[in-house]
Amino acid sequence: MFDLDIWQEIIATIKKNKMRTFLTGFSVAWGIFMLMILLGAGNGLSNGVAENFMRDAVNAMWLWSGRTSVPYQGMKENREIRFTNADYDVISDLEGIDKASGRYFISGNLFSYNNEFGEYTAVTCHPDLKDVESIEITNGRFINPVDINQARKSVVLGKDIYDALFKGKEAIGEYVKINNIPFKVVGICREGGSTRHRNAYLPVTTGQKVFNGANRLHNFALTINAGSIEESKVIEEKVRTAMARKHKFDPEDRSALGSYNKLENYLETMKIFQAIKIFIWIIGTGTLIAGVVGVSNIMLIVVKERTKEIGIRKAIGASPRSVVGLILLESILITTIAGYIGLVLGTGLMEGINFLVEQQFAASAGTNGGNGDIIFRNPTVDLNVAVSATLLLIFSGALAGYIPAKRAARIKPIEALRDE
Amino acid sequence: MISLNNVHKSYVTGNSPLHVLKGIDLEIGRGEFVSIMGSSGSGKSTLLNILGILDNYEEGSYYLNGTLIRDMSEKKAAKLRNDLLGFVFQSFNLISFKNAMENVALPLYYQGVNRKKRNKIALEYLEKMGLLQWATHMPNELSGGQKQRVAIARSLITRPKIIVADEPTGALDTTTSYEVMDILKEINEDGITVVIVTHEHDIAAMTHKIVRLKDGVISEIIKNGDLKEWKHQYRKELEIA
Repeated sequence: MFDLDIWQEIIATIKKNKMRTFLTGFSVAWGIFMLMILLGAGNGLSNGVAENFMRDAVNAMWLWSGRTSVPYQGMKENREIRFTNADYDVISDLEGIDKASGRYFISGNLFSYNNEFGEYTAVTCHPDLKDVESIEITNGRFINPVDINQARKSVVLGKDIYDALFKGKEAIGEYVKINNIPFKVVGICREGGSTRHRNAYLPVTTGQKVFNGANRLHNFALTINAGSIEESKVIEEKVRTAMARKHKFDPEDRSALGSYNKLENYLETMKIFQAIKIFIWIIGTGTLIAGVVGVSNIMLIVVKERTKEIGIRKAIGASPRSVVGLILLESILITTIAGYIGLVLGTGLMEGINFLVEQQFAASAGTNGGNGDIIFRNPTVDLNVAVSATLLLIFSGALAGYIPAKRAARIKPIEALRDE
Repeated sequence: MISLNNVHKSYVTGNSPLHVLKGIDLEIGRGEFVSIMGSSGSGKSTLLNILGILDNYEEGSYYLNGTLIRDMSEKKAAKLRNDLLGFVFQSFNLISFKNAMENVALPLYYQGVNRKKRNKIALEYLEKMGLLQWATHMPNELSGGQKQRVAIARSLITRPKIIVADEPTGALDTTTSYEVMDILKEINEDGITVVIVTHEHDIAAMTHKIVRLKDGVISEIIKNGDLKEWKHQYRKELEIA
């Protein structure tokens, strides 16, 4: 089967039948090309949106205290639950909790520096908040443990605040007044996944001390070590139970202790992408089927067209096997080469688009402070998928050629010769 | 060489089977030059196709070179055709996308002869047919007579024992027909059995034995010695007509 002679015979046949070769090849190349574009575009969309989502810590969880809504252990409802620093210690020691930060809300939020002033949000926090909310430091540093321990009057300004108050001047080491109390600027930051940077961060202990909070905390921001919705729910339950035991409320009471689990939300969103991927695969399979039908059709016509030739070959001594082999190998050769061409063109186009998208991304990231807003990224296809699709087309082309070729090879040569 | 015994053949067209050959008994010896004649529908082409193992038959027996040809696998039939038989058709049946040389060489491809060698042999046969300078021409660039000579070269290249020709002159003018018959005669003189089907009396008259078919049976067999008399009779028939 692999001697040189049969290939010479096949190549001679292909050379003399250019139109037929082109049509067979084109339907395969086109099918693969379209599949590559389709899957590439789908992947690009999915990658782009997933990347936007990923900018925040996806395993973040927030807890906040409220008032009980049901009586519990002999205590009336509508009892206020108050977090304290002790709760922070309990939560940060719980298994499954990675990072933890407490927050004490402070009233008033007037910021001023020399003659410039504005209203912004002052967030009191622990150093871990940087990881929970994906805060990027562009200058200086974030709140550190020393700030917490010594209750230093340090502040990290959001970029918008810095721009408004300092107008491009050096800010690190300067003092801004928050509600008329001077704080030393230690860093400038941006909020991850956001285009507004209007928060300022202070050490939580300083906030409690300066703004009369004693040891009170209002809420917690956490990251958890969970890989699935189930795991994250277990950890959430664990935190709720610990707090419920300590503060004596029903663990099911959502108004006593509110919680928001971002991982759960993230995984739900990823399910939508799963659905999009399935949808793309359905269309991709449709494209592939169209390609298969195209190749099969052409192979049927090719065999029909070659019936007389088959008759001649058989009359002068071709065995049925050699006739089938001739047609099959020709079809496999053409579809393989055409499939490869489609693969190369499709990949080439997708890589070209990828190049343009990345350039655009870089450009938009440059003007928008590192956060390019593009929902289309890395539109490339897994090579295994592409190769499998090509193999499928080659196989179906061969099968579509095999059945009529087999039949043509089996009939009496005189019937094949009569065929016009 | 060829021995047919009570061979029957029918075609099924629609509901009613068409009984074409109704018991043919025929012996053709080695080196004979035989023509099969008959009006259209007499079954002469069918008989030739059976002789050439291009078609099967239902009843009786057919021995070719001592082998019973019956319910044979296509593979074995192809091998026998390749080894023993050479075909010449009315419509030439050259492969249109191959040039004259490649067409002639094709039977050797199925014998596993390598490309260089078979092309060389093909050129020798084309030379014998006086077509050497046409070797690289495609069939559609050749005249009818040239095409038929290419086909004859192709039938000879495997050194067959029998040449089977179905109306070899049917598509040719008289001069070309006689040229083709001369070639077939030469082939026969080299010891190859030649069987042709024709409906032209002058062509048949050039052979050594005429088998006349009528309604699926052999009506008469005219041997070499009787040919002159038969020719005379035929001329008379023409005069009357």
